[in-house]
Amino acid sequence: MSYDPDTVPRLATGMKFRHDAVRDAWVVLGPERLFLPDEHAVAVLRLVDGQRSVGAIVEALAAQYAAPAEVIASDVWEMLSDLSGRGAIRL
Amino acid sequence: MDGLTQLAPEATPTLAPPMGLMAELTHRCPLACPYCSNPVDLEGASRELPTAGWLSVLDQAAALGVLQVHFSGGEPMARRDLPALVARAAAHGMYTNLITSGILLDDSAMEALARAGLDHAQLSFQDVDPGENDRIGHLRKSFEKKLAAATRITASGLPLTANFVVHRANAERVPAMIEMGERLGAQRIEIAHVQYYGWGLINRAALLPTRAQLDAATEAVEAARARLSGRVVIDYVVPDYHAVRPKACMGGWAQRFINVSPSGRALPCHAAETLPGFDFPSVLEKPLAWIWAESDAFIRFRGTHWMPEPCRSCDRREIDWGGCRCQAFALTGDAAAVDPACALSPDHGVMAAAAAEAPPADFVFRKF
Repeated sequence: MSYDPDTVPRLATGMKFRHDAVRDAWVVLGPERLFLPDEHAVAVLRLVDGQRSVGAIVEALAAQYAAPAEVIASDVWEMLSDLSGRGAIRL
Repeated sequence: MDGLTQLAPEATPTLAPPMGLMAELTHRCPLACPYCSNPVDLEGASRELPTAGWLSVLDQAAALGVLQVHFSGGEPMARRDLPALVARAAAHGMYTNLITSGILLDDSAMEALARAGLDHAQLSFQDVDPGENDRIGHLRKSFEKKLAAATRITASGLPLTANFVVHRANAERVPAMIEMGERLGAQRIEIAHVQYYGWGLINRAALLPTRAQLDAATEAVEAARARLSGRVVIDYVVPDYHAVRPKACMGGWAQRFINVSPSGRALPCHAAETLPGFDFPSVLEKPLAWIWAESDAFIRFRGTHWMPEPCRSCDRREIDWGGCRCQAFALTGDAAAVDPACALSPDHGVMAAAAAEAPPADFVFRKF
């Protein structure tokens, strides 16, 4: 799949993204699946709500980190593609 | 500090919290599969933990950092308090997974579980062929009940895993199993070869696939994974009788999971009670946090400190964690021996010898 700013990513059916107080860490939980995302993945996953498009996620992160959108777009897409391949989200 | 303590740097690694709790609620089950993962010495209903005991285990597990609870058995739906236990786990934010044969999953049971907050159901099939399914499970008309259960699970909006257990008598039908999982709307398909402990070990000669069967099944899984990528996840569990390196059993002894048996024994894995010389602690007598961090049963084979050579100096020692202790004991008589699945084990020849055995005429079905 190639970069599409209009795609709306969502958590895959049965996947949950939540904060774990014991580890003080964000976790992705699913059927026989458990991921401990790094801080970059957490920043992206917190914006995956089934409403925002990829373009909107990129803009939000650009504002948050005061970086040009075109610079971070490819990183965000790569991360979303990886999360999709692992079954955590659907693109 | 004395010198001996300093010489044991591995003795006190930082202990991570457990990821998963396997809640084996009961050994009761309407099926009698000849490869059942329950121990040969089954625990009867009278020995089962009461509801309050399980609720306490769930509360303690959440506090300890458990993220996922797998409600298993036997058939966990044989416990009438299952929805209450699911609700308690869900209230703690733990991911709730039901591992079921589907036989008891009628409309009202499905509704109660969905209302309790169940996150996912894994439904087992013994075969895609109805007659073979019913023969292996030792229960007539079980195939049609399983199909109805699959429909109820997907209709309720829950994600479904279709689990198929693979062995000598059905390995040729792995492609059909994957197709059936797709048709049922499963978002995850598990193609799991029998593991040879307990009942599976008793029936090993009848169940162990040939090398050619294993290779064909593996090829079918790899082709389906490529075809279904991004839509259906396929997990594949192999028998390690044809392997050269052991599997990382349970992700390492007492590193990720706590298994609690129907009577409340805490185990590092569901087969651990086959090992002699252990006093597995009861959740009725000890806090789960103590069991995880302090009990001899959980510490004894955790990490690498217990390993014999060649494991101890092997560059894979923190990848496969020495393989499976139950398999080492079952096949060598020594729980601390090198897992014979490893080609570096002096006992590796027993695997090939077992694979060469002629299959007997019939199975020994599980019974109390």
